[in-house]
Amino acid sequence: MKWARNRRGWPDRAGRFGGYGGRYVPETLMAPLEELARAYDHARRDRAFKRRLDDLLASYAGRPTPLWPAERLSHEVGGARIVLKREDLLHTGAHKLNNALGQALLTRAMKKDRVVAETGAGQHGVATATAAALLGLEATVYMGTEDMRRQHVNVERMRLLGAEVVGVESGSRTLKDAINEALRDWVTNVRTTHYLLGSVLGPDPFPRMVRDFQRVIGEEARVQLRRRYGRRSPDLAVACVGGGSNAIGLFSAFLGDPHVRLIGVEAGGRGHRPGEHAARFGGGGAAVGVLHGTRTRVLQDAEGQIAATHSVSAGLDYPAVGPEHAALAELGRIEYTSATDREAVAAFHLLAETEGILPALESAHAVAEAVRRARRLSRRALVLVNLSGRGDKDLESVLAYDRARAEAAP
Amino acid sequence: MSGRGALAAAFAAARREDRAAFVPFLMAGDPTLERTGELVGALAGAGADVIELGVPFSDPIADGPVNQAAAERALAAGTRLAGILELVSRIRRRVEAPIVLFSYFNPILRYGPARFAEHASASGVDGLLCVDLPPEEAAAEVLPALRAQRLDPVFLLAPTSTRERVRAVARAGSGFVYYVSRTGVTGERAALPAGLASEVRALRRALDLPVAVGFGLSTPEQVAAVARVADGAVVGSALVRFAAEHAGEPDLLPLFARRAARLAAATRRG
Repeated sequence: MKWARNRRGWPDRAGRFGGYGGRYVPETLMAPLEELARAYDHARRDRAFKRRLDDLLASYAGRPTPLWPAERLSHEVGGARIVLKREDLLHTGAHKLNNALGQALLTRAMKKDRVVAETGAGQHGVATATAAALLGLEATVYMGTEDMRRQHVNVERMRLLGAEVVGVESGSRTLKDAINEALRDWVTNVRTTHYLLGSVLGPDPFPRMVRDFQRVIGEEARVQLRRRYGRRSPDLAVACVGGGSNAIGLFSAFLGDPHVRLIGVEAGGRGHRPGEHAARFGGGGAAVGVLHGTRTRVLQDAEGQIAATHSVSAGLDYPAVGPEHAALAELGRIEYTSATDREAVAAFHLLAETEGILPALESAHAVAEAVRRARRLSRRALVLVNLSGRGDKDLESVLAYDRARAEAAP
Repeated sequence: MSGRGALAAAFAAARREDRAAFVPFLMAGDPTLERTGELVGALAGAGADVIELGVPFSDPIADGPVNQAAAERALAAGTRLAGILELVSRIRRRVEAPIVLFSYFNPILRYGPARFAEHASASGVDGLLCVDLPPEEAAAEVLPALRAQRLDPVFLLAPTSTRERVRAVARAGSGFVYYVSRTGVTGERAALPAGLASEVRALRRALDLPVAVGFGLSTPEQVAAVARVADGAVVGSALVRFAAEHAGEPDLLPLFARRAARLAAATRRG
């Protein structure tokens, strides 16, 4: 069990997960990152902080989220039992709030009164706007204008929650460009502002801090599995991977159990060619690189310029992956695969029609892979899927996708 | 001291003449490498002591709109790192001022730090500044590669830098230190920050290296104010914008040279 031994203590003091991670940022941010790491290390040992966060997660956000045996879906698929961890039922509709509440509390502890955030699908932006409203923080959320178009319901939600939403016109006008702009704001206002980063990305301490705030997903699922099924663990755990926070949150509870196969699902988009997908492990054009403060696997060209990506789901449409994912992939502990736009949309419909649940398009990628795997497994096997968000935000995207497919059909 | 010493010598020469070094910045390949070569020639003629050449990157998180747009134009023109190195070796024949490449780390990482250092040194580059590569992250592969080729590793310091960080830069850097005048991104600003003079004085006392100040400088007045306290003054966005705005004019080069000469003249103290 090489990975179990190597993983102990990750990241190291330099914020490294094996050969990945670190702090690749302009000098202006180095001391603030050191300060943030100190504040976080203090907070995570502080009982009062933990009590306050646990209380918010339970009484405000609605934890624990249920574990739902998707029997009609499992029957339809005809194989393993598929069980859903219902993060879509968390307040604001996705797992993002776990992290947003944690970091917003930390912002208060650091005596800062403003947060900036990036958002792709809008779920992290909504979670940040929500936590900021709750704790009386000023919030500015950067969002690519292409994403504002396809997720405009979430734009309105953020504004109603009192956040300023700033459209980003540069580059591909998606998540990557929103992070660029959030970093520029942070480097300018770092003395008063915390960057409430939404995934296990960026410079240390973000990858470990966001992971720790999302661990609750896997820890709860573990207890729920034992209570309901008398099992210590599933045979398979499946989650979608954009930056990778919901996946790390679920997987971290099972990393030490070698019987559990962990499967991360990336956005396969429209195909393997560069620019057509966001698959940092399986797709073409990925290499080790440095983007947004961390060393990880990055989709890029031969010159080290960051590649364009495509996914039907805005939340997975990003050229880099969290550094801990890159390290766990190298160790072979997590398997990475991808689902195409078409497979994700089909899974969206399947889950809606068999279980009465509209999943976020991001989560639909995980459902697609779970269905594919469950078919090949026995009825005794158990597949745990992180249903990381709900799909109300994606109605227009799905309808537009279906319309385009219908028109293209002969 | 790890480089050939050309950067240290340029700052020492300026100090002997009782002035700060004039350090202009241009984005390589904006709008073409050929034009960059001409503009560098104009800068050298106008009195540039050290020339910073930007390596365009798709996601420049430390840059304001002017340099972002310059990088986009350079990338749209197909600018590659190898092409920039070729350009440096061509202009080396007529430009004596030391040249520092100003880059983000990913293009260097992709090229291979050791291979980059070898090729950069051969083409006549004197130093490398990677905006998103602090000394801690440079230590493992980049610093040894640069030192092996006698290139100066240039690092940034900022108003947020702690004493420990100043010491880390003092240990790892050579040639000069680039002090970021304010928390923020590159780009022209109406005024210099109030505490700048005392910050730079404190830094110079703590460091054996020359301190050049940049981010936000655009006018001769601002250059003169910086020259009174620092060893060098960096002007970037203002020159990038000027070259872009006058790109189509037949007398771009003399206009640009005159603009640069006014900034260079402002570095004289007393």
